[in-house]
Amino acid sequence: MTGPRVAGVGMTPFGKHESRTARDLFAAAAQEAIADAGVEHAAVEEVRFGNFMGEFAEGQGHMGPLAAEAAGVHAPSTRIESACASSGAAVRQGVMLVQSGQADVVLVGGAERMTNLSTADATEALAAAADAVWEVRPGMTFPGAYALMTQAYFAQYGGTSEDLAHIAVKNHANAVENDLAQFQRAIDVEDALEAPTVCSPFGLYDCSPISDGASAAVLVSEEYAAEHDLDAPVAITGSGQGTDSLALQARVSLTQTTATERAAAAAYEEAGIGPRDVDVAEVHDCFTHAEVLALEGLGFYDPGTAIEAAREGETTADGDLPVNLSGGLKAKGHPVGATGSAQISELTKLLEGRHVNSDAVSDSPGTVGLTHNAGGTVASAVVHVLEVVA
Amino acid sequence: MTREYRDAGYDDFLDALAAGEAYYLEGPDGDGFLPPREVHPRTGEELAERPLSDAGEVLTYTRVEVPTPQLADDAPYVLAVAQFGPVRLTGQVHSVDPDDVEVGMRVTADVGETVTSGERMVVFRPR
Repeated sequence: MTGPRVAGVGMTPFGKHESRTARDLFAAAAQEAIADAGVEHAAVEEVRFGNFMGEFAEGQGHMGPLAAEAAGVHAPSTRIESACASSGAAVRQGVMLVQSGQADVVLVGGAERMTNLSTADATEALAAAADAVWEVRPGMTFPGAYALMTQAYFAQYGGTSEDLAHIAVKNHANAVENDLAQFQRAIDVEDALEAPTVCSPFGLYDCSPISDGASAAVLVSEEYAAEHDLDAPVAITGSGQGTDSLALQARVSLTQTTATERAAAAAYEEAGIGPRDVDVAEVHDCFTHAEVLALEGLGFYDPGTAIEAAREGETTADGDLPVNLSGGLKAKGHPVGATGSAQISELTKLLEGRHVNSDAVSDSPGTVGLTHNAGGTVASAVVHVLEVVA
Repeated sequence: MTREYRDAGYDDFLDALAAGEAYYLEGPDGDGFLPPREVHPRTGEELAERPLSDAGEVLTYTRVEVPTPQLADDAPYVLAVAQFGPVRLTGQVHSVDPDDVEVGMRVTADVGETVTSGERMVVFRPR
């Protein structure tokens, strides 16, 4: 047993599609994933769909049935909402359905429509992932929340805006050739440091953009893949989820992300690996410093030591552990409900040798990739381990 | 107040804070939490009400330039998390030059109002 296979993936370009509804975006991603998998629509037995702000952005709740219809699939369908980890959590639900034997073929994915909102309204919608009374009333925003974690980290361990700038530079560089990315544009450290301040110490280039987009994947059981002779060499060998207090102020630590640590521990245990076995990772860099928190929470670095990883070239495309070869949320874009399954889509292509940045990754059996999707200020975290098994 | 309803626990806390009688909920190991809570958030154990310390310390802060619409006229403002004994609060830092706010700054907690809508909120002032 190797775990559910990723039989097919699909993803719209991330960016501005302000006239397109989430259902419309998801339809495109789902058709691509189903065609890529080489399965019939009728073979799909369950749908799990991630979306965060449908009610706010387009007055649309109850999106499970809408997602299934858009995909052309007449199967039970449920929307999963865990803020920016919504579709990571949807993928995990699909993994568990296959692992438990409840289904052999599951369509997972997510979509988000955001750019139809003003910046202020998008800021309000995103703030709903924080504690509505204790945090949002006095003025918590999401850049603000991560800025609070960053300032606490700087006070405890050190670190500078220039360290953060190198993370943005790296992820922009990775996106230059990725046609699905919102920003196919290289930046330098000076660009990042000279950008307008959003909230100290973050400038514009420390923040992922407001984006529209959708992503999808078809997960199948190992047996189904064999019986139907599917070309599906990547398996999800580990899945884990962690939960922490919703409000940042209620956490044990302002500088460590317990939910990521728990999700990673569970995923590593299931996959029978440790952090040193991971060859490539897509992590949740909604803000530059979020990548630092992720690398430490996932066990790639000790607490307080990942801040210079990008600057030292350790996580660049030619580094020991390439991180966010897709461009990450920073440059690929962050349509929040689509991000977790987009990480699965991009990493699967990277591992199969069919991504524009696949040269940085071996497609040989045994190559291990990891996705890390976080919700809120990492009150939710979902980690998946993907391995080339054939 | 712009809302036509109260949030039990939260608004009760603000009333108590305004009256100089703020409180928090303490767990068996001395850890602290904000209301409303029935039980310890990680263990389900019982909690006891305790008076909140007057003396707080800023753990981290940021100057927010891009606010939600509810705080459009408040920005820029300094938002901070401060430690009061075993419990932490999130609030705006008032009555001080924003450039003078720093980690470790000693503060008291108070009830203030947003400029934009008059909504009540937790604020910190230098001690």
